[in-house]
Amino acid sequence: MFKKGLILALVLAFVATLLPACAASSNEIAIGTIMPISGPVSAYGTQARDASQMAVDEINAKGGVLGKKLVLYVEDDENSPEKTVNAFNKLVTEKKIVALVGGLTSPCTLSIVGEAQKRKIVLVTPSSTNDTVTDAGDYIFRSCYNDSFQGRVMAKFAGENLSAKTAAIIFDNNNDYSKGLKDSFTAAFTAAGGTVVATESYATGDKDFAAQLTKIAAASPDVLFVPDYYNTVSLIAKQARSAGIEVPMLGADGWDEIANNAGDEVLDCYYSNHYSPDADDAEVKAFVAAFKAKYNVEPNALAALAYDATYMIADALKAAGSTDPEKFKAAMAATDKKFVTGQISFAAGTKHDPVKSAVILKLIAGDAADKPKVTYDATVNP
Amino acid sequence: MKKKGVDFLLLLAAGAAVFLLIAGLAWIGVIGEFYLQLISTAGIYIIVSLSLNLITGFTGQLALGHAGFMSIGAYTAAIFVMRLGVPLLPSVLLGGAMSALFGYLIGFPTLRLRGDYLAITTLGFGEIIRVVLNNLEGITGGSAGLKSIPGFSDTGDVMLDAIIKFAWIFVFFAVTVAVISNLVRSSPGRTIVSVREDEIASTSMGNDVARYKMLSFTVSALFAGIGGGLYSALFNYLNPSNFNFLYSVNFVVIAVLGGLGSITGTVLGGLIFTFAQEWLRVLKDFRLVVFGLLLILLMLFWQKGIMGSKELSITRILRRILGLGGKKE
Repeated sequence: MFKKGLILALVLAFVATLLPACAASSNEIAIGTIMPISGPVSAYGTQARDASQMAVDEINAKGGVLGKKLVLYVEDDENSPEKTVNAFNKLVTEKKIVALVGGLTSPCTLSIVGEAQKRKIVLVTPSSTNDTVTDAGDYIFRSCYNDSFQGRVMAKFAGENLSAKTAAIIFDNNNDYSKGLKDSFTAAFTAAGGTVVATESYATGDKDFAAQLTKIAAASPDVLFVPDYYNTVSLIAKQARSAGIEVPMLGADGWDEIANNAGDEVLDCYYSNHYSPDADDAEVKAFVAAFKAKYNVEPNALAALAYDATYMIADALKAAGSTDPEKFKAAMAATDKKFVTGQISFAAGTKHDPVKSAVILKLIAGDAADKPKVTYDATVNP
Repeated sequence: MKKKGVDFLLLLAAGAAVFLLIAGLAWIGVIGEFYLQLISTAGIYIIVSLSLNLITGFTGQLALGHAGFMSIGAYTAAIFVMRLGVPLLPSVLLGGAMSALFGYLIGFPTLRLRGDYLAITTLGFGEIIRVVLNNLEGITGGSAGLKSIPGFSDTGDVMLDAIIKFAWIFVFFAVTVAVISNLVRSSPGRTIVSVREDEIASTSMGNDVARYKMLSFTVSALFAGIGGGLYSALFNYLNPSNFNFLYSVNFVVIAVLGGLGSITGTVLGGLIFTFAQEWLRVLKDFRLVVFGLLLILLMLFWQKGIMGSKELSITRILRRILGLGGKKE
């Protein structure tokens, strides 16, 4: 009896999902966001989703867009490209979205950019820094800068602000983000007259870096560039200090959250990021205060970028005066405004990578022992 | 007409009817484009799970690296299409052939042994393939993945494209079901099943056990590779990190859920597995918890999977309905 009931329930559920869902009503404009709400980078995904939702709520409180309400539909991609494709199809065909904020990591975004271009859906990724993301076409935008820009910024910062003549690099050979940063840093640092004295690699998931770090220590560089995410960086930093490498370490936006995940070994290290929560800036202050009031946590860079991406979409819809894809896309490309993560504009006739400046953050001793904190150090323009 | 001929026609008619029903419902807009894509995804899952069921369910050898065979098929097909300009159909078949070759090479030393060696070897193999694909940057695109792989068609009409995708996958699905169900009912197939039941007894009957295990494993790798080739055209994007160990486990779950040694079961299992994950999206953050719970419940009430090792015979049902009076097998 129970089995029969269960079968009946499963069959009914199966049939129910096949029926088309009702489309958005006529006084709503649907936008979507695809984020890793579960999976290994869910800490980033949930904050980005919350920030987009906050932006949508704010816009609706001020009267919405084109006299209609914005509605945000959220899908979870579990940080899997395959799930991202299905989520994107669902948002486009079932929810009739006109624009998408997402995906978060580059492989997920890369899996849908072709389809977004084909279907004329404006896609704004808040955080996929891979250089090739915007190759797919003119409907693809991002609110962050790309990897080669970040590598150049850090090379420039090392040479000019830290007066480094030599640098060493340790990077993840299986991670495209890490490899891309390594290449652009090397190119820019060498072009500016510096020398890269050691380049060592490891594989994703490695825990022991002693062999590579010993070689780097022997080359005695002025700075060590570690382009990876915070969880690996904290391991490398500790081992680098015990291997006798006392020079500053440099990183990129993957270091976001490092202060909560490492101790004194990362003191006097620098990394490039998209914004600084303690910057003395009206937009940043308003955003950080609102986010803290709503979600009771300090927003990370990805939250700020997702918030900006959502506002870029809303502003472009207002400027275009309609949801017509051609006009909407043209208005997006004409974006030129100061957002939380800085002034964003797109150079005419190029791929839609924003022209913006990077913030360099420094790790200094915090209030408690072995608990570093982040402080704003410099702003670097390419 | 002979019974076999009638059965063949009945099956062909049933297959065409199912296809026309789904495609027709999609064309008039009852089935959304997204759900057609989901059915196509389920189709690929079913093809790979059927291939796994052949080696695990019918031959009794646990294999834990089918994502590896699938990725070989997927990358081979995609590279033939993109870099050498070979049409899709031969590319998909070449993908299957390449995967079968690897299956043969791996099976050759391992399948001579008795026991769980295959599980360990295939597990290691799946991981090796993933790392190799990650590092062959010039060919596979490395960790950034292979982008903009051409799809099945590009007519400009998204609904028509979705139906063409579905048609391709449905035809391959039908061929897979036909080949595997005929194989297990043939003389070599009966030998394969006897290996599962008792290897020693089967050897003492004079069967070359290793050879039949090899046959089963190579055919299994072939279909996993074909599933991979179709996958590359359906998703247009490949990334080595997608084909990890957990991905292999998905196919084991589908095969066990449906019932090891049942083709009907695998088809049902694949549909439930794919659609359950979608229905549960309404639960938001608790989705994966409830999905796990659902699997536990299903396994508690159906220890041998939904179908056990039973099959649903379409011909028998049709014969009864049409009054052709086929006798029970």
